[in-house]
Amino acid sequence: MENDNNEKQKHTIGVLVENQPGVLSRVAGLFSGRGFNIECLTVAETNEPGLSRMTLVTTGDQHILEQIVKQLNKLINVIKVIDFRETEFVDREMALIKVRAEAQTRAEALRIADIFRAKIVDVSPHFYTIEVTGNDTKIAAIMELYEQLGIVEVARTGKAALARSKKH
Amino acid sequence: MKLKGAQIFFECLKKEGVEVIFGFPGGAVIDLYHEVPKSDIKHILVRHEQGAAHMADGYARATGRVGVCLVTSGPGATNTVTGIATAYMDSIPMVIFTGQVPTALIGNDAFQEVDIVGITRPCTKHNYLVKDVNDVARVIKEAFYLARTGRPGPVLVDLPKDVLQAQTEFRYPRKVELPGYRPTLEAHVGQIKRAFQLIRKARNPVIYAGGGVISSGAHEELIRLAELIQAPVTATLMGLGCFPATQKDADGKEDLNPLWLGMLGMHGTFRANMAVSHSDVLLAVGARFDDRVTGKVSGFAPKAKIIHIDVDPTSISKNVEVDIPIVGDCKDALQKLIDMAQAEPVEGLEELRFPWVDQIRKWRETYPLAYKQEGDVIKPQFVVEKIYEMCKGDAIITTEVGQNQMWTAQYFHFDHPRTLLTSGGLGTMGYGLPAAIGAQMAYPDRLVIDIAGDGSIQMNIQEVITAVCNNLPVKVAILNNKYLGMVRQWQELFYEKVYCATCLEASPDFVKLAEAYGAVGLRATKPEEVESVLREAFSIKRPVIMDFVVAEEEGVYPMVPAGKNISEMLLV
Repeated sequence: MENDNNEKQKHTIGVLVENQPGVLSRVAGLFSGRGFNIECLTVAETNEPGLSRMTLVTTGDQHILEQIVKQLNKLINVIKVIDFRETEFVDREMALIKVRAEAQTRAEALRIADIFRAKIVDVSPHFYTIEVTGNDTKIAAIMELYEQLGIVEVARTGKAALARSKKH
Repeated sequence: MKLKGAQIFFECLKKEGVEVIFGFPGGAVIDLYHEVPKSDIKHILVRHEQGAAHMADGYARATGRVGVCLVTSGPGATNTVTGIATAYMDSIPMVIFTGQVPTALIGNDAFQEVDIVGITRPCTKHNYLVKDVNDVARVIKEAFYLARTGRPGPVLVDLPKDVLQAQTEFRYPRKVELPGYRPTLEAHVGQIKRAFQLIRKARNPVIYAGGGVISSGAHEELIRLAELIQAPVTATLMGLGCFPATQKDADGKEDLNPLWLGMLGMHGTFRANMAVSHSDVLLAVGARFDDRVTGKVSGFAPKAKIIHIDVDPTSISKNVEVDIPIVGDCKDALQKLIDMAQAEPVEGLEELRFPWVDQIRKWRETYPLAYKQEGDVIKPQFVVEKIYEMCKGDAIITTEVGQNQMWTAQYFHFDHPRTLLTSGGLGTMGYGLPAAIGAQMAYPDRLVIDIAGDGSIQMNIQEVITAVCNNLPVKVAILNNKYLGMVRQWQELFYEKVYCATCLEASPDFVKLAEAYGAVGLRATKPEEVESVLREAFSIKRPVIMDFVVAEEEGVYPMVPAGKNISEMLLV
């Protein structure tokens, strides 16, 4: 890595796990018990029966990231850890953003959604709920714009990530 | 034929070759206890579940086999937690079976219900809650497999009452299928080659061996390699016994092995800590760079290239960055190094090594481990030395935790693996007595001695009756200094001599206590009585508690203050 070893960085890790009760708790417990950070975490079933995929984002220096990957691998229910430091990957997150949409701002809210290829999924007399998918930067950008119109609440899924091209 | 879950349990244990279970019954496990009399497996009834866990642990450490304990739900299960954590920290293979309330009641805050799987997740290698009788056999098979393979450790299996009562066909699976569990056992040859090239060129090599050498059964390989490359060996507390501390010369006279450095770390020998600090190549084998070993991490082996062999990749570069990591079983890795050392012997090795060996001899002579036995008061170190002399080193020693443990590590010379059973990682007071009982259960004819303190022994003293009832002739040697000595020592050195809560003036009369339990009680108050008390104790085929009234304020030295380099030792 070009980065300084002690520099803290954000890092995405994919974890294929057996779909069993308690697995999420084992992973979460590992992070809390060893003082590692979880910034976000998503889990859902995959196409293979009995297997779920977790995507988690954590921060730490190289040394800590190394430990996290090793410790995850050590869990019996973890089938595979995909360390995205070593591979190109795509990641996406979905956010639902409820914004204030009064007569004078409705058009602007729509225009922003259009630019970001977001969808209005719910309309009420004073609010729009917008669904947007993208990476961190895109979500941050749309939120910044909507902030000016007034965001009421936000729900984000956390990111899902896959390695490019070959199967990992 | 269909069997009940409880019957399947015993069929599985039979298949696993289990000889003994340490346990305590309760409502949730009566179904299992109902089957005990029909089984060939011996059950040892303990007096507290923590004792059961430590006994299973002591049995496992002494034999290398998987120790088994069985307790009920709720408090029975929580009482084992310290014992489980003890085994986890020291990588001891154990399977703990806990009863659980019926599946329909789980989550209802039922009587004696506790989420033991949740509680023990961070201190087990793995754990299971079995919710279907059809899974009992598979889970037990997996539990034993996980406990003993790779980096060993405790595995807990939680068995709800209705699962034990339900019936199914019994089939013991031939193989385990755990796609997420594939420990790397074979060391990478390329890494071994790189390591060997470093070792070949080393002038001041040191081998730093840990408990992994013992759990992988690699002590003979370690001895062979150390001799081939003429490298001195130091061991962690957990590693003591993996390299013979003594050797006999041609006339049969016993002396310290010249390649043996003794234990390293906070209470390590002067020569071990100096040797590590001056080494140019440090070969760590099955050790994990614990803070009690390294002292200040940045000052640990500052001049050395570090090679680290360990079966658990998470241990490598966790505390100290290493130059050559080797993931694999110690036995395999050491054998590969031996093969290379034999194929490419270093010419003039003895000459090359002479200055280093000579330096170590000087360190040993400058500051040997020492104490003065003078006057009328027994020195605790003297008791340990006498125990060693009187049993000629041929005993299984367990310890409690604190000064008694460190003096044992320093003054008893361990020549064989699995002869020191001690709680290294967790540092569990109250470990020694039940561990001794577990070891004695495995080896009824061997001399098993718990070297204890007056504080620690009281933490599981109730197990004396377990030894008495089962005719297990364990010996307990209490170094009675009327203090929680190790904490008192820290208070003396670093906390302005404020001896808060460390004085134990009011202890029971241990001789009478022994007698109350139906054991034998002996006491020595003068140095000249030590030998006769030991002789008498060793000749009695019953449990004996020896109360050695020792110097109250003796400290353990050398000592590296926490956070200092290990070369910065307090010597007196």
